[in-house]
Amino acid sequence: MNVMMLLEMASGAFPDRPAFTDGERGVTYTYSELFEAARYRAGSIRAQGASRMAKLDVSNLGTPLGLFSSAWAGVPYVPLNYRLTDDEIQALLKRVTPAYLVTSADRVQALGALDAVHAIATDTFLDASAHSTPVEGEWSMDPEEIAVLLFTSGTTGEPKAAVLRHKHLVSYILSSVEFASAPEGDASLVCVPPYHIAGIAAIMSSVYSGRHVIQLPNFSAERWIELVRKHQVTTAFVVPTMLARIVDALEAEGATNANMPHLNSLAYGGGKMPLSVIEKAMALFPDTDFSNAYGLTETSSTICVLGPDAHREAVASTTEAGRRRLVSVGQALPGVEIEIRDDEGNVMGPGERGEIYVRGEQVSGEYEGKGSVVDSEGWFPTRDAGSLDDEGYLFLEGRADDVIVRGGENLSPGEIEDVLLTHPAVADVAVVGVPDEQWGEAVAAAIVAKAGATIDMQELAELVKDQLRSSRVPAHMDQWDELPYNETGKLLRRVVKASFVEKLG
Amino acid sequence: MPTLKTGARFKSAVCAGEIMVVSAPGDDVELTCGGHPMVEPGSEVADGASVRPDHAVGIAMGKRYINEDETLEVLCVKAGDGALAVNGQLLLQKDTKQLPKTD
Repeated sequence: MNVMMLLEMASGAFPDRPAFTDGERGVTYTYSELFEAARYRAGSIRAQGASRMAKLDVSNLGTPLGLFSSAWAGVPYVPLNYRLTDDEIQALLKRVTPAYLVTSADRVQALGALDAVHAIATDTFLDASAHSTPVEGEWSMDPEEIAVLLFTSGTTGEPKAAVLRHKHLVSYILSSVEFASAPEGDASLVCVPPYHIAGIAAIMSSVYSGRHVIQLPNFSAERWIELVRKHQVTTAFVVPTMLARIVDALEAEGATNANMPHLNSLAYGGGKMPLSVIEKAMALFPDTDFSNAYGLTETSSTICVLGPDAHREAVASTTEAGRRRLVSVGQALPGVEIEIRDDEGNVMGPGERGEIYVRGEQVSGEYEGKGSVVDSEGWFPTRDAGSLDDEGYLFLEGRADDVIVRGGENLSPGEIEDVLLTHPAVADVAVVGVPDEQWGEAVAAAIVAKAGATIDMQELAELVKDQLRSSRVPAHMDQWDELPYNETGKLLRRVVKASFVEKLG
Repeated sequence: MPTLKTGARFKSAVCAGEIMVVSAPGDDVELTCGGHPMVEPGSEVADGASVRPDHAVGIAMGKRYINEDETLEVLCVKAGDGALAVNGQLLLQKDTKQLPKTD
């Protein structure tokens, strides 16, 4: 098993189809060109004696070429976050030497001076005349070899390197994508960062389905809209904050319809989608199928999907439980099992909150130098909190570490947020625990008002008390202009918490 | 033929077909294509043999094939005219459910 096999099959079945187009530079690889380019770059990586191939740059043709040529050469592909500080980048690079590093031209000199780092510019990596020796022979088919090392954005301590082996990635693709299922002319707009698991998954699933990927290296709503129209894009994946900006931009144009009838499917994931955003988006894109995907780096991307039919049923539903499905992340993919467990490891029933555990062929749960955190029966503790309903729809409730312990009682921030979000004046909300002398922790809420609406804190307190109970009522409530999110749409709860802690002294 | 191991590739001795093992039973089985044992990708193929008429439904690229008790699953990575069989029993094409596009 090797991810190169996915490209080999695509290249064999539709050699002349466009595979990847850099949306900024306008250059394209066909499937056979990408396959042949990987053969020569694998030769260059081998010739350097590198143990890893690292890429530190925005999305471009070097991104898929890096993934596939590493796989052919038999070294792990390590995409690095170019938004980190120079010190952070150097610390990560030192952990993957001897490294073959492909990076932007301005970084080549400084990073190439590091021990055991062979640095070349992305343009040089892409220049065919700079790579004259093809790799000899085929790639390894050992399923245990490491395909990708992804540094996770840990909130404390050193970033962990998640290990994804060829068997995990190939299993994910085989179980979730039908080979050559994309009709000719299908195009996917990819705007997630190349160092994110969604970026890796997008490369592999597009290749296996035979789809043309248009890369958008630096997201802006205006550019996204422009490229979708220009390339007649048929499918795209966005994180919730991106969709919110796209909706805003379309509304600013005065549009009541996005006028993108060719956009058959729009998938989102990576963070919690506000109900108001998805409802507006579904109205603006009436011809588009919406899917919500939930997954983690350690699970090779998606493990749960809320599909288009479930979206439509939820919007049309007349019951509260039916409409609530719209904020669920759907049901487990075939071959993936999900359980909710309490602190003692007992499996919980429908509607009960606990930690989400997942099992399946695509689940790695392994970190370099730390080993696997998967238990003897194959279950991976995600550290995400959630609940399943009686039909197996999964609802996320934030990170298990975010649970607020007030007077010995465990409170879920997600539960309180869900109630506050039902208030007509509330656009967005973040609930965190802050130190409290009397209770150990107290509930604090940062609230964003909808445009033109006024927030009445007393009313919100009453709402929580009525819907839940008095222990859930926030002791501290502040109005914020907007909440902090990272570039993949994850709410930065620790930033909210730090702000409250500082203010409360 | 060698023991089937997950991830291993084999080619047909009598047609263009190639497969990769997705999951395999622990015991030794004989995997054939077109009625003849499959061989490792680099091996030489003897001339003269051809696809047996009763093993000739063909395999399609990207399709997965399973035996009756689903202990063996293979992926066709190159199409061919021969049919796959294990211990003489023809493999079945696995039904796959089309999932919503998510990445």
